[in-house]
Amino acid sequence: MSPRMSAIRVIENVVCSFCGCLCDDIVVEVDDGRITRVRKVCANGRGLFTHYDPAPRRPTVDGREVAWEEAVAEAAQILDRADSPLIYGLSSTATEAQRKAVALADKLGAMIDTTSSVCHGPTSLAMQAVGEPTCTLGEVRNRADLLLFWGCNPAVSHIRHFARYSVTPKGTLTPKGRRDRTVVVVDVRPTASTRAADLFLQVQPGADFEVLATLRALLQGAEIEAETVGGVPTAQLQDLVERMRTCRFGVAFMGMGLTQSRGRDLNVSELFTLVAELNQYARFCVIPMRGHGNVAGADQVLTWQSGYPFAVSFARGYPRYGPGEFSTVDVLARGEADAALILASDPVAHFPSAAARQLEHIPTIVLDPMPTLTAQVARVVFPTACYGVDAAGTAYRMDGVPIRLRPVLPPARPTDVDVLERIIEAVTVGN
Amino acid sequence: MNEQFTLITGRTPEQGQGLHEGKDSEAYRRATALVEMNPEDMAHLGIEEGQVVRVRTVTGQVEVPVCAGTLPPGLLFIPMGPAANVLIGTETESTGMPPFKGLAAEVEPT
Repeated sequence: MSPRMSAIRVIENVVCSFCGCLCDDIVVEVDDGRITRVRKVCANGRGLFTHYDPAPRRPTVDGREVAWEEAVAEAAQILDRADSPLIYGLSSTATEAQRKAVALADKLGAMIDTTSSVCHGPTSLAMQAVGEPTCTLGEVRNRADLLLFWGCNPAVSHIRHFARYSVTPKGTLTPKGRRDRTVVVVDVRPTASTRAADLFLQVQPGADFEVLATLRALLQGAEIEAETVGGVPTAQLQDLVERMRTCRFGVAFMGMGLTQSRGRDLNVSELFTLVAELNQYARFCVIPMRGHGNVAGADQVLTWQSGYPFAVSFARGYPRYGPGEFSTVDVLARGEADAALILASDPVAHFPSAAARQLEHIPTIVLDPMPTLTAQVARVVFPTACYGVDAAGTAYRMDGVPIRLRPVLPPARPTDVDVLERIIEAVTVGN
Repeated sequence: MNEQFTLITGRTPEQGQGLHEGKDSEAYRRATALVEMNPEDMAHLGIEEGQVVRVRTVTGQVEVPVCAGTLPPGLLFIPMGPAANVLIGTETESTGMPPFKGLAAEVEPT
């Protein structure tokens, strides 16, 4: 073997931390400190490995490159001067960094919120109201014979979910894979995922709650006079109820079609209640399709540190919970934050414009491995390491299973933990 | 059929992959600056594939090209991103969640 060839390192079982699937079978080839080839990764996750430039970059203040000490001092000064600072994001960083973000919020008396508030925040509200009949993706793979996907499109947003966890894998009690399962998709429009389904129920936009309420009524034996409910023939709903009642192990996966539509948390509560009631007849569980790689971890960390999963304020010295009050879109739209620290997320790219614009008017600090639109308007930017690529850490899969992220590249940049620890030391508020 | 539509926003493969190239890249801009419509709705309004239309909600308006999609009549889809953000308000109904799906919207040719 030539010296050149021996320099190529093949690393197996790498975890992709792009989405909540946390696929842990990725193969990465590294040559001379650069990722040269990535196998098994999906089209969404590939860019995490191929588009991330791990070269160390200096932080910036007002667009000017500065030493790390100067950037930390500037960030600390911004936070010290603020009366009502906000910490937001957390979902694309490791659990260890999320803990530091909560510690900083606690010390500052800040509001802290995660990207859950614009994805599965309503799901958290439903869990608190109803409970969470859950299971792991391993149980889904090995046991589930009925899969219900409601208001989600995994073929686009969680590309390997069908193949690795839910629809096609061969498991202990599902030896024939796809042929051992019935797949039902509920959506307002045909999608790539509905094409993979045995049954597609097309609901009218905004009618999810009444369709779910009808399914609950049918399960309890009620007779429905209407021929259609929410655009779906009642006979089709009756058929679905029979399939759900008589399956061996059913799993409902749900997404933004429920959380972002009219009714929001009430839609999700209705689905979770239906799933709980189905357990009188069959084993049935529900798993939210979590988007960002460690957004589930953000919920976990914030809950174990403060008691609440998102939208928390430490302003009174103890944690208070307030969706609608301490959630970031509301806080920014009302102009209630006078400084912001954005950790591993890009609200300027994904928030309603009126909320996003507020980040241009208040001093903003960004920690992110990637260039983001939020970094473009921020006063202080820390280009940190990317967990799972050039830093080690922990992330929670969509089913709440923690997975260790191993670096494939040698560490060259400070991590979010490193920077947050320095900021926590430097701020004087709370000392 | 009328010109009142229901707007939903969401992910697309092009949007998901374009963001890795940078959200100020041409790939991301192309992936997010469009509106999908039902072909019958397009015919009713005399709109051709690729034609730029004005989409308006109570919050704002954008001008984006039309793309025929597999949507039921009366529904519009815009990928999550800068164009969609202009149209979405900040009322969260005490949940933290803005109305990303189910907005009343109007469409008119420019």
